[in-house]
Order: sequence, then structure tokens, then C-alpha cells
Amino acid sequence: MSTQVNVLGRETAAGPSFGDRLKWGVSDALTMMGRNLRHIPRTPELLLDVTVQPIIFVVLFRYVFGGAIAVEGTSYINYLMAGIFVQTIMFAAMTSGIGLAFDLSKGIIDRFRSLPMSRAAVVTGRTLTDLLRGILASLVMLGVGLAVGFRPDGDVGGWLAGFGLLLLFGFAFSWVGVTVGMLARTPEAVQAFMFVAIFPLTFASSAFVPTETMPSWLRAFAENQPMTQTVDALRAYVLGQSPGSAAWQALAWSIGILVVFFPLAVTLYQKRTAH
Amino acid sequence: MTATSAIVAEGLEKRFGATQALRGLDFTVPEGTIVAVLGPNGAGKTTAVRILTTLTKPDAGQAVVAGYDVVRYPEEVRQRVGLAGQYAALDELLTGQENLEMIGRLYHLPRQVARRRAQELLERFDLVEAGSRIVKGYSGGMRRRLDLAASLVAAPPILFLDEPTTGLDPRSRLSMWDLIAELVAGGTTLLLTTQYLEEADRLADDIVVIDHGRVIARGTAAELKARVGGEHLEVIVSVGSELPVAARVLSGFGVGAVRMDTESRRISVPVTATQGLLTRVVRALDEEGVQVDEAILNRPTLDDVFLALTGRTATVETENGERTEDNPNRMEAA
Repeated sequence: MSTQVNVLGRETAAGPSFGDRLKWGVSDALTMMGRNLRHIPRTPELLLDVTVQPIIFVVLFRYVFGGAIAVEGTSYINYLMAGIFVQTIMFAAMTSGIGLAFDLSKGIIDRFRSLPMSRAAVVTGRTLTDLLRGILASLVMLGVGLAVGFRPDGDVGGWLAGFGLLLLFGFAFSWVGVTVGMLARTPEAVQAFMFVAIFPLTFASSAFVPTETMPSWLRAFAENQPMTQTVDALRAYVLGQSPGSAAWQALAWSIGILVVFFPLAVTLYQKRTAH
Repeated sequence: MTATSAIVAEGLEKRFGATQALRGLDFTVPEGTIVAVLGPNGAGKTTAVRILTTLTKPDAGQAVVAGYDVVRYPEEVRQRVGLAGQYAALDELLTGQENLEMIGRLYHLPRQVARRRAQELLERFDLVEAGSRIVKGYSGGMRRRLDLAASLVAAPPILFLDEPTTGLDPRSRLSMWDLIAELVAGGTTLLLTTQYLEEADRLADDIVVIDHGRVIARGTAAELKARVGGEHLEVIVSVGSELPVAARVLSGFGVGAVRMDTESRRISVPVTATQGLLTRVVRALDEEGVQVDEAILNRPTLDDVFLALTGRTATVETENGERTEDNPNRMEAA
């Protein structure tokens, strides 16, 4: 029984300290991530985009375009893999937005809102789940790539740096997915929008072909967008080359996307759920 | 207002677009009591609950729950209330056990405690067997029970149940009532909304009748019933010529004027129902040689109250969309 019931509001409430808030925020986000992970074995089709889809892309590009596209200094499959990695992580990042849009269409969101949990945790739990899915996707692709002739010769440090950039990019992009998810009305709308956004970004980039043959207006876009920087850096790292300025630019893009879209996504989430 | 109000609503207003859902809603719920907020669809019940549980902000007015203003200290309020809504707020892809554990973790219970609490609640709500299955396959009654269990994970001192039995079949409704009565026996403050008049009568100490976002009456079930004239004794005699004798006998039991209808051979008199009243009445009539075909103690239902207060009956949408009288067995209002 509550002993502290009186009328018309206490003027002060000893709220939790910043440290407690942070601790509980992390704990809540992990709880939400656990929830999302439990969904996966019960709806295995949720994993298609990070397993079957990248396999299809690797195999198709390797065998359909591989013979026709010549790249300087290495085989096409060695060139291609970095592009497929980044493309897949972008697709994986989309699910955050779709999953959240789905949650918002269900009563469960009211349950979460009536609990004394961190507001951001529902969203952060989603993006953390996608980070794990991204890691899974990367391992699947690496396996398939090796099976069809991918022969990287980067050192361990290069691999770690390259994958660090890759996962950071995916994590940053999942906040874009959440933002879109909060703006769109239905999960289907999120999917449609992201599809339209991801295709130009992946094809008008250095993911599948070198940008040199593109017309100058397209090339200007392709060479200065985050996907190209991330692909170039990752490619250089796994192939044992120096990424040059691409590494810093990729890092800057990811951090920039996070700085803009993290607060935007959380604000939109709160707005959308505060009715 | 007393110093022990668990819930205070003062002048709450809320508008959604063109719809004024609440127009100055005032009521209090004393600590440890059960109050039913009764009203038809669209009366503003759910909006009131959403404001009191911090899910919606009021446009005007103030609400204090567990001593905390819901707008200024929503987190303090959330720590102290449980909510089971009209639509079961559960994760369809998690099992019953996983749902309850997740909620326990979000209340920041340690993992072991959350697990034990989930098991306890599953036992209490007769869901042990279902606990390991995903919610998607649950029946409506099971979902409601699990949802109710979910609202109790942190053993909150104040509980909100928004139409806990809407859409349930009669058997599930009865078992839900038993569950609710049992769980508040321990002193929990409960605010329950309902459009079933019988439900308010059965569960609540006190009833707040709302209509168009405003309180139109408040009182115990007995007080509200008294507003429509209390209880009536109705007797139909076998032979019309015995009506005057019967009327004389009945006036001895009544607390008001006796009314007779010769055509239907019916006599009606307001009474105060006491134990064995009907037996004594029939016996007294028999001693005077009056034969009785029917004798009914007519207790007004809360439907009658609603009719008396608003001039309309409380009608509800059934699941197939037909509008029906809430209680088809409703007796004629006196």
C-alpha cells in the first residue's frame, strides 16, 4: 500500500540521478533488444534480408557482371565485396524503421509508455538489434565471398578498422530508418521509401563499379556521398591498402548522420507517441 | 477531498480535433477503494484513464495520482500505477512468461526477481500451461488475463482497468470479475471503466457516471438506484375481484402509495427490501384468501439509472456492430 498519497501534488519529486538514468536507459535498451531478438526465430523471414538477399547479390554480381567489369589492380570479386557489405548493412538498417512503425500500430506501445522505462529505449533497442543483424549479415557475406573467390589480404588491424566503419555506418543509418519510420504512417510506407532511397545511393556509388566511367554530374554525387566513402575505406582496409582520406570522411559521415538523426528520431518518436 | 485520495481529477478537458472528449471532468478516488467510471461508448472513459496514467496530456485541468501531478511528474506516477487497457497490450510474438519477464525488467526488477514474479502471476491467473506459448495463439480471455497480470508485475498500489471485460464471452467475464475482486481485496486502489452496468454494480464501492466528458452522477450502486425510486413489489393476483383485499395487505408492507391495474390484475408498491419479504407478503395474502399468480421484487438496474439521468438508455455496440440494450433482462422501470 502506498504510504505517500496526499492531495494536489508534491512540489518536489526526487528524480533519479543522471547516472541512474543512464544505467537504466542502457538496461532498458538491452531488454528491448532481447525482445526483438526473440522475435527472430519466430518469424525467420525477418532474417531473409541479411542472409539470402546478400548471398543472391554476391553470386549474381560475381557471375553476371564479374566477367564484364574490369577493375584496376584486383579481381572484380575483391572489388565487389566491400560494396555488398555496405549495401547489406543499409538494408539491415531499414528494419529498425519498419519494426517501430509496426510496434506503433499495436497496443504494445501503450504498455511501454505506461512503464517507468527510458523513452528512448524502445528506439535504441531496435537499432541495437539491427547492429547485431548487420554483424550476422557480414559474416554470412564473408563466407559466401570466400566461397566464390574473394581473396582479401588486409591485416587484422585493417579488418577491425574496416568493420568498425561498416558497423558504425549501419548503426548511423538505422537512425535514418527510425526517422523515416516515425514520419511514415505504415510499415509498408517505410519499406517503399527506404527502397527508393537505398537504390540510388548504392548504385550511384563506388559499391559495384568504379565511379570514373560515370558522367561528371553523377560522378560528383557518387564520389561525395557517404556510401562511397564507407565502401572505399572498407575496400582499402580489407585489401591491405591505405584508405587515405576515405576513412576519415566515412567516419565523419557516420558521426554526422548520428548527430542529426539520433535526436531527430527520438524526438519524432516521442511526438508520435504523445497523443 | 480528503487527505487520502489516491486519484484526483479536477476540471480535466481534452479535445481531439473536432471532438471534445472531456469537458471538465472532476472526481476523486479514495485510497483503497474501487471506483467504477461508468458511461456509454464515447463518454470519455478511455481518455480519462489515458490522462491519469500519463499516456495523454490534458488540455486543461489537473490530475494527481498517488500524490503526484501526472503532467509534471509522469515518471513518479508510472512507478505507482498499473494499467490494463481495452486492447490487450502484449507482444504477440513473445510467450506469456517472456511478456511478463520483459515488463518486470522494464520496471528494473533484477532478472531473477522478474522471472519469479512472472511465474507467480502465471500461476495466479491460471496461465501456467499457456505461459510457454506465444501470445498469438491465445484466446481473448487468456489475453485479458495476461494483460491484467502484466499490469500487476510491479505490485502497484493503484490500478487502472479500462473496460476489462469488453468483448469477452459471459463465462470469461465472470471469471474476470472473480479475479479482479480477489486482487483488490488486498487494499489496492482500483479505477475501473465499464459500459456494463452490472459490472460496476458488482465490483465497485462507488460509481461515477459520465456522459459527454462530464460527471453526471456519483454514488454507491444503492444510492444511484434510489434515484429511480428504489425497489418495488409487484404482485399479480389470480382473480380480479380480490384486488382491493390484496391492495390493503400490500399497503402494510409498502413505503408509498399502492398502484393497481385492474386489467392486468397487477398491484405495485414501493418497498424497502428486507430478508424474507416476499415470503411474508405471500403468506399474508394467503391468509386473506388471495391467490397469487406472480410476485416479483423489482430492483432497478443501473440501466434505469442511466435512463433517468440522461433520458437515454446506455446502449453499446456489440461485436457484430448491432446496437443493443445493455441488459436485455432489464425490468420495467417503476
